Amino acid sequence: MAIENSIEKAKEELVKQDFVSDQMVKWCPGCGAHAILSSVAKVFPKMGYKKENFCMVSGIGCSSRFPYYVNTYGFHGIHGRANAIASGVKVTNPGLSVWIATGDGDSMAIGGNHFIHIVRRNIDVNIMLFNNQIYGLTKGQYSPTTPMGYKTKTSPQGTVEPPFNTANLVMGSRGTFFARVVDTRPSLMSEVMYEAAKHDGTSVVEILQNCIIFADKTHDSITAKDIKDEHQLLLKHGEPMIFGKNMDKGIALINGFLEVIHLGKDGYTEKDVLVHDQYRYNPGLQRMLARMYPPERPIALGVIRSVKSPTYDDMVEEQIAYAKEHEPIKCVDDLLQSGDTWEIK
Amino acid sequence: MTNKKVIELEDAVVKFVGDSGDGMQLIGTLFSDTAALRGNDLATFPDYPAEIRAPHNTIPGVSGFQSHIGKRRVHTPGDKVHVLIAMNPASLKANLKWCRPDATIIVDSDIFDEKGCTKAGYTTNPLTDGSLKAYKLYSLPISTLTREYIEGKIGDLKAGMRSKNMVMLGVVYNLFGIDLKVPEHLVDKKFANKKTVAELNKGAQKVGYDYAENNNVFEEVLHVGPAELEKGTYKNVTGNVATAWGLLAAAEKSGRPFFLGSYPITPATEILMELAVHKSLGAKVFQAEDEIAGICSAIGASFTGAMACTTTSGPGLSLKSEAIGLAVMTELPLVIVNVQRAGPSTGMPTKSEQSDLYQALYGRNGECPVMVIAASTPANCFYYAYMAAKYSMEHMTPVILLTDGYLGFGAQIFKIPKMADMPEINPPIAEPNDPDFKPYIRDKNLVRKWAIPGTEGLRHRVGGLEKMDVEGIVTTDPQNHQRMSELREEKVKKIGDFIPEQDVYGEDSGDLLVVSWGGTEGAIRSSVKRMIADGHKVSHAHFNYIMPLPKNTTDIFSKFKRIVVCELNMGQFVNYLRASLPQFTYQQYNKIQGLPFLVAELKEKYNQILEEI
Ligand code: SF4
Repeated sequence: MAIENSIEKAKEELVKQDFVSDQMVKWCPGCGAHAILSSVAKVFPKMGYKKENFCMVSGIGCSSRFPYYVNTYGFHGIHGRANAIASGVKVTNPGLSVWIATGDGDSMAIGGNHFIHIVRRNIDVNIMLFNNQIYGLTKGQYSPTTPMGYKTKTSPQGTVEPPFNTANLVMGSRGTFFARVVDTRPSLMSEVMYEAAKHDGTSVVEILQNCIIFADKTHDSITAKDIKDEHQLLLKHGEPMIFGKNMDKGIALINGFLEVIHLGKDGYTEKDVLVHDQYRYNPGLQRMLARMYPPERPIALGVIRSVKSPTYDDMVEEQIAYAKEHEPIKCVDDLLQSGDTWEIK
Repeated sequence: MTNKKVIELEDAVVKFVGDSGDGMQLIGTLFSDTAALRGNDLATFPDYPAEIRAPHNTIPGVSGFQSHIGKRRVHTPGDKVHVLIAMNPASLKANLKWCRPDATIIVDSDIFDEKGCTKAGYTTNPLTDGSLKAYKLYSLPISTLTREYIEGKIGDLKAGMRSKNMVMLGVVYNLFGIDLKVPEHLVDKKFANKKTVAELNKGAQKVGYDYAENNNVFEEVLHVGPAELEKGTYKNVTGNVATAWGLLAAAEKSGRPFFLGSYPITPATEILMELAVHKSLGAKVFQAEDEIAGICSAIGASFTGAMACTTTSGPGLSLKSEAIGLAVMTELPLVIVNVQRAGPSTGMPTKSEQSDLYQALYGRNGECPVMVIAASTPANCFYYAYMAAKYSMEHMTPVILLTDGYLGFGAQIFKIPKMADMPEINPPIAEPNDPDFKPYIRDKNLVRKWAIPGTEGLRHRVGGLEKMDVEGIVTTDPQNHQRMSELREEKVKKIGDFIPEQDVYGEDSGDLLVVSWGGTEGAIRSSVKRMIADGHKVSHAHFNYIMPLPKNTTDIFSKFKRIVVCELNMGQFVNYLRASLPQFTYQQYNKIQGLPFLVAELKEKYNQILEEI
């Protein structure tokens, strides 16, 4: 179903093939990025936009090769600057659907400043944050999301710095949309991308992506087959936070903390389980959900936060429309003649 | 006034100095606007203290405004001051060195008490110790006059005393024989929304004027007659405002939406502020989180079809270097304005210098050619900003426009052009569904097409990675990199076919050719005029187009016995010329003090060279 907004719609129905580029995909075989690409190509046609109205922007890193692999307008930027470049794209033409492919190095380290500011401004773009917790393209150095103590080529004894929690960085920057997915759940990825596209404002989708070469299994405590059901909580707006292979566990708020309860045990029933509200403006509970991490608690997946707030690009358009209507300077000749002038005859 | 002796002056440099709270900028501007409305040519320069709120009545807290008015054309705010108006001892102390030996000095005698003099660092009172004997000193009771005037009018005496600047201004009008009709009109205009303030100021102005008139304070009237200016409508503009307007004009002419991505930095911030005001022209102004986001957002905007710019000063240009390379690689139009200031590092932010030329020409990784243009007067910032945008769009290349703090803050009268008379701008925009479109297919000037997102049938990708010629796909093919490097270089050089020829002031052959570029034009032109008047065979070539150089440069240089390149740095343009046109021998004259050239020091250098011939 086409998304309702002011972006011009395609006359014909588009299919995945419309977005497949003729470029050879050069990610390592088995890299989680392949699954992300495939989800995006599947979901783009569903949005209903004219194919020329997609613009893909990226920075540097494995993730940032993305624009070459989808057949849209694409801009492959420089390290860390995707969010700044995309800001210029969207503000110039709000009629484009702007997508940013970026990684934990690109957006959390070298481009951290641009990341928090695009989120704060609420420019209507969609950020796909490939979080593989490692620098892949430069071959295996730790990143700002690498878990503390993890051994990499630049931390042979383990890192001595704690990682960012992406979700809390986003919400701390007044983010209006945050979702988290894993590269092993392609249909969830497509669903969430669609939700992100629908959102007016900056959407951040954190994709826990596996780098098979330099940080293989870094997300195993979440994605490994035998434990994934116990360690993933799939959030759905308006539904109770129940998880587990047998759907017998839930998340409850006990003494101000989120705790795992076992339904049917210790007198707990479904009534004790929290119901997810992604539209709640106050991010308190959403921030707590975003901080949950296995093994104590499951990781929260899906749309964690999605709230309405005016977008930067809309407000710019409104100010311009207002000024055009109310201000006397209508063209550069008017401007040149404004203020104190005098005539020499 | 009838019996006074009238001294006819070709020009006069008037400097208003006082404490930063004394309102010197206001009276300096009012005086200058009055002179301009009376037909004088005009160039002005504000001299702000570096600190926002420096301690009162101390030398770091001195604020000044210099106004050069002329019956003849004036090219600069002036070297030496004819009339100094000093509101306190500190400002007198800081500015005496700029006065001509026979300068007229007007001071507020009420402020020159022991405490004030000590705070300014005087051991004795300069008004009475004979140290100012050589000057025409007028010490007038400005504060007393002000107090008498406001008593009974204003309850808050301290606020009322601020009018003393206007009392002083009235005195200055009397000295120049300017009746109060035009000044009063300007005060009314300035305070159109504050009628009582306007009345108070007009009254104060009259108090000063009448005091000087009734007491015959000045035995002479200094008269600067109207200049012979071309017919037309004029206004007074600063270089920074002119730059902003030139950019807007280019956007309108090209039909492209306007986008600025910028971050505040002295002395370039006024361009950002000026552009932010003009939303009614559709200008989108993005105040970014840093310099890098400023240029990167502009590059994104350019990719999306906007006439995009970023404005900064030296340290900011350093931060933008990598992104300029991205614009070179993606072959997108972009205007980068650098209002130069004294460096390196933070340097002297409020002082001017020409030391970013190397950075503009070479300050990037890789073989990374960009066009470099330099404006040379506050008023022509309009024209060169316009041309920078025109070449940038028509040749799909970033262009760096160099101005400097002296131009940016300085003001000059500006003959208002009509948009219909401005040169056409025709960006090479790709047509929808063009079957032959390829990202790096080029026309005869080696310019690629501007294929704007949203256009049907032109989906493509660009980026910082080297691309295959024509096709635009990523490649590290060795021959291709050589070819693309050469194409990027050739493309910028080819703009040389489109820029105007270099002109020469004075004879087109002779003993000495003085070469300069950018913001020094006024001072150097004045110095060369005087050399010619003294009978020397000296000419002047002032460059606005730096990279590429005008094609006739070699011709010009070959007709002089000696060439001297004068610049406010340690020799950047001269070394660029040595590399570009090595067949000539260049002498150089450099100054790096955060100050403009003085005509006298230039003449001395020329004479020294001429003696060697
Ligand atoms: S290095 Fe890692 S992240 Fe990069 S393509 Fe290979 S597997 Fe993917």
